[in-house]
Amino acid sequence: MDERETTGTATAMIVKTTAGDETGTRPLAGTGVSPGTGYGPAHVLVGEIPEPDKEARHDGDAAAERDRAERAVEQVAADLEARGARAGGEAREVLGAQALMARDPSLAMEVGDLIEQGVAAPRAVFDAFGKYRDLLAAAGGYLAERVADLDDIRDRVIAVLTGLPMPGVPADAAEPFVLVAKDLAPADTALLSKDVVAAFVTEQGGPTSHTAILARSMGVPAVVGCAGATAIAPGTPVLVDGASGQVLLAPDPARVAEARAADEARRAVLSAATGPGATADGHPVPLLANIGGPRDLESALANGAEGVGLYRTEFLFLDRETAPSGDEQEEAYRAVFEAFPQGRVVVRTLDSGADKPLAFLPPPEEEPNPALGERGLRMFRRYPEIMAAQLGALARAAAGVSAKVQVMAPMVATVEEAEWFAEACRTAGLGDAGVMIEVPSAALRAADLIRAVDFFSIGTNDLTQYALAADRQVTAVAGLQDPWHPAVLDLIALAASAASGAGKGCGVCGEAAADPALACVLVGMGVTSLSMGAPALPWVRAALSRHTLAQCRAAAVAARSATSAQAAKSAARAELPGLGALAL
Amino acid sequence: MAERTVSVASEVGLHARPAATFVQTAAKAPFDVTIAKAGGAPVSAKSILSVLALDVRQGESIVISAEGEGAEELLDELAKIASAP
Repeated sequence: MDERETTGTATAMIVKTTAGDETGTRPLAGTGVSPGTGYGPAHVLVGEIPEPDKEARHDGDAAAERDRAERAVEQVAADLEARGARAGGEAREVLGAQALMARDPSLAMEVGDLIEQGVAAPRAVFDAFGKYRDLLAAAGGYLAERVADLDDIRDRVIAVLTGLPMPGVPADAAEPFVLVAKDLAPADTALLSKDVVAAFVTEQGGPTSHTAILARSMGVPAVVGCAGATAIAPGTPVLVDGASGQVLLAPDPARVAEARAADEARRAVLSAATGPGATADGHPVPLLANIGGPRDLESALANGAEGVGLYRTEFLFLDRETAPSGDEQEEAYRAVFEAFPQGRVVVRTLDSGADKPLAFLPPPEEEPNPALGERGLRMFRRYPEIMAAQLGALARAAAGVSAKVQVMAPMVATVEEAEWFAEACRTAGLGDAGVMIEVPSAALRAADLIRAVDFFSIGTNDLTQYALAADRQVTAVAGLQDPWHPAVLDLIALAASAASGAGKGCGVCGEAAADPALACVLVGMGVTSLSMGAPALPWVRAALSRHTLAQCRAAAVAARSATSAQAAKSAARAELPGLGALAL
Repeated sequence: MAERTVSVASEVGLHARPAATFVQTAAKAPFDVTIAKAGGAPVSAKSILSVLALDVRQGESIVISAEGEGAEELLDELAKIASAP
């Protein structure tokens, strides 16, 4: 709410000309987390509509004020209906129901009565909705869930009445927009597609923030940690460079054309690298995709994934009251296995916990530190029947498909846990069982763990969080969330060398694998496969194809010799001259 | 004053789609239409929020009332919607 109050003045400050600047506006800068160039009008996402002043009165013309309120309500209702009609399907019904609520005659009467008493329209709307809000909230269950729908309508009407930007993310637009926000939550972005979002710019967040991960998975340029972003005036044309992190406001057309031409050239270099992943001297490095379910397969195949390195099965389990049936699971797993008849599919078993709670797996108690609580494999120890059902469904789905099916457990800390999981897999008939290396204890004792399992896959996001004791959800420590940190590189090297010493594979499936420079360093440390959000595959394929294994090893040595994340990155890049042509 | 007492048959009660259909049908009438739970205070059947707030569950009875030209036909139609499984 605070940032809203400052919007007017801060915008004036930025958009008013700064002498000598070629674009007439001051550029903003943040961290580029998803490469590419995006250009479009800014859509500034509003977090919350502030509560209208309790004491606000209108100027005495109640009839005019009522008319104003009615027109605002109708505008919102018609907009909801129109969006529903465009979206079709379930959205049509949901948005139609919202329009019906907006046009509720009892609500209109309450609003009218309050306005007759002298209350200004925004406050009258707020209070009238408040009455029904309380009724629904008190009823609980399904009705309490409608409170959010009602709040959304109320905020939209108040936005129209007060001239504030409309809350929420538009699901469609005449031209792709640059989505600007303080930060983005999964709920804000569920309906977004590449067709409507030209780029993301957020004030907060780091390379592993939700925005960064989402942007890379969509293949949309993104800049995070961009100070002053939410002060951009809605509608301002914005040019975003998702590699350098530069954000230009109202750039002149020549500058936009130049940026677009450079982007085209870069894409041409990208598309020149094709086929299975390998270094310039032919050392193979299978390039795999991270997916959440069958719906991500199209993008994985389009970007040349050789298989799946991380199948996040929790997406099947989220947002539902009961566990998916064995048959439903089996079907979702088989669809993915069948998409890669010659490749491999690495399935991660259910990764839930206090930060991703499931209705049917209630957390035992409030956890002050969910990241250090009962999550991943630890949850399976409490609910072994859920594990048995999942492994059983995987085994049935794997029967008769030609893909190499591998199953791994998240959040493994000890040898005993690795043994317990591998045994459960074998009992279920799954012969290729591995563990994720995300906890420093597992990396430090990787040589012990590898004896219990068939492979490792390093989850660099959590490994970084735990190695540097920096919660991924806490923006204030986002600076520590950097997989380039030499301490993280050391842990990765330990795991990779333990696996290769045992003649077993060690992949990386965290966001680190999607960073083309870091991907070369990982290969140089002995990592045997890389898995990432599909749109990053061409970049990593191109970066690997431009360097030899010896260059990758030299980059790894240089990075691990550094004393900070920044220095490690610079040192590695100095050994990787081929990145220049990719403008990375 | 015409009146019907109906047992709500839908699994979701008088919520979601059944409630929307019910309210949209009532809204077509030029006269007032009310709905109440048995023994409860009547509210406008044209108000989705009032109908939802009644929180009518499957198996519960509602009383719908209206007065005017065509009230009988409208109540028959509403009773049919409410009693549909």
